[in-house]
Amino acid sequence: MSWFRRPTPEYITINPPQQRERIGRHVWHKCEGCGTVLRRKEWENNWKVCPVCGEHDRITADERIRLLIDENSLEETNANLVSSDPLKFTDTKSYPDRIAAARQKTGRNDAVITGRATIGGVPVSLAIMDFAFMGGSMGSVVGEKIARAMELAIAEDRVCITLAATGGARMQEATFSLMQLPKTCLLCKRMQDTGTPFISILTDPSTAGIMASFASLGDIIIAEPGAYVGFAGKRVIEATIRQTLPPDFQTSEFVQEHGFIDLVVKRSDMRDALITLLRQIRHMEALPPEEDAAAPTPEQS
Amino acid sequence: MTVQTFDFEKPILDLEKKVADARAKAEDGPPEAKQRLKRLERELEKTRVNIYANLKAWDRVLFARHPDRPRALDYIEAITTEFVELHGDRLFGDDKAVVCGTARFGGNPIVVVGQQKGRDTKENVTRNFGMMHPEGYRKALRVMRLAEKFRMPVLIFLDTPGAYPGLGAEERGQAEAIARNIQEMFNVKVPIICVVIGEGASGGALGVGLADRLLMMENAWYCVISPEGCAAILWRDGEENRPRAAEALKLTAADLMELKMIDEIVPEPLGGAHRFPQEAFEAVSRAVEKNLKELGAMEQSELMEARYAKYRQMGEFDEL
Repeated sequence: MSWFRRPTPEYITINPPQQRERIGRHVWHKCEGCGTVLRRKEWENNWKVCPVCGEHDRITADERIRLLIDENSLEETNANLVSSDPLKFTDTKSYPDRIAAARQKTGRNDAVITGRATIGGVPVSLAIMDFAFMGGSMGSVVGEKIARAMELAIAEDRVCITLAATGGARMQEATFSLMQLPKTCLLCKRMQDTGTPFISILTDPSTAGIMASFASLGDIIIAEPGAYVGFAGKRVIEATIRQTLPPDFQTSEFVQEHGFIDLVVKRSDMRDALITLLRQIRHMEALPPEEDAAAPTPEQS
Repeated sequence: MTVQTFDFEKPILDLEKKVADARAKAEDGPPEAKQRLKRLERELEKTRVNIYANLKAWDRVLFARHPDRPRALDYIEAITTEFVELHGDRLFGDDKAVVCGTARFGGNPIVVVGQQKGRDTKENVTRNFGMMHPEGYRKALRVMRLAEKFRMPVLIFLDTPGAYPGLGAEERGQAEAIARNIQEMFNVKVPIICVVIGEGASGGALGVGLADRLLMMENAWYCVISPEGCAAILWRDGEENRPRAAEALKLTAADLMELKMIDEIVPEPLGGAHRFPQEAFEAVSRAVEKNLKELGAMEQSELMEARYAKYRQMGEFDEL
């Protein structure tokens, strides 16, 4: 039976896999959806959407802003708000250390950018979440900035647009984080009372506490294709019900099919879709797409 | 009746046994036996105070989950009269993890909402361990709107390990149901009092947890995540880090009172509500009565403004 027992071959590793992947990463990008190798430049110029399978990769908050708003129209507000670590929270690292690292990484004080801008000439009050900053988690600063962005929309009669990119609550702020849910819901109610239009955009991922508050309360809710949208984590659900979930579970399309999202819009069409809706909501004349002189490109101007 | 006990209670249980023995011997016994009984009783009392006054956060989490702890329906039965349960959300179904209805408190009509855990396995299956589905949140909102229409204050009992993480719950919009409830509870123009009687887990509790007065039982917990969930995510390992997570999250009534996140702590009898439920009922009843009286004296506009102000200022941050 010795033919059955094959000797363990001695492999010669030419290139460790991680190292190999790094080679040419500035030139090439391998799509996570379909595996197609794309020219990085072309992929980036397509707002990090795969031209073959349509996979929407995550983009930064800065890229989001360039994608959506009229060029250079952003006037940022409340960038000076910073977390004060009310619980003196420490896990394997202290909370201030985690904040410092996230600041270093993103160049931002917290996980949301807010401000005034125009989109297709329509004045808006924006709140764009940044997943790169501690998973886009909502603590006191994020909640407060979103609440203020909504107050600004009410005060200046702007359309409020929020863009979610978040794993949920900021655990390091525990109950303070939880209380940002009612705070932002309160402002949603105020927007309802004052007739302030509110558009909520969901991107990958939009889950947990943010979905259980303002992001689910938009007058119009738009999601990017294939984004992870839901309340409970997929693994938690699988562990609870002891079933494997369908592959499309908690995607934008799944949630739309169940009636909780108005539109699923491709990234490249998002600005046009917003302009159409905003100008309808504001009773302004339609803007022919070719006249959209302020249309952005991914290249930083 | 055997009551489930925890390791930290062992010295008390040992002494309780000794006291019982001593009492048996003291009856018709020599004066020395009576003295011994007295001494032991004093020691027991001291040990009780010592242990129960210095419970760690994790100990209180265990208390909050004690299987014999009074449930929402126990409180409803004990402190209200004429409870009429109202069923269904008029959209999908009737979620038995939450009970809603009208009742009387001190003779006055009120609306009651209670997250209901079961006492045994069978009841827990029916009640889904107090984990609500979207239809539960929608039922509660429907009944709270009735409260406004009928001008009755709302009394809510919170006790849930979380909103149910399931397939149907996601399909029917668990997140939307919670978000909608929180928003619409700012619109319920009657006094709302919430009592956290056991577990107040995150959005699952908050979905029926907006209140003009948020009261918390001494051994209840309320937080954005369970200590287990937090330990699993932040420490990447379980069991031994749970007490650490519980401590770090500041989830006890005393912690939250200090942080001004709740309005009042309802004291529990030494040893917890599960050991002396009657005392717990009385304490809750007194606290509810006092707060209802205070809120009842407010004008509607004053009440609503105070509710907005309360939640608008939630959060701690610095401005550079």
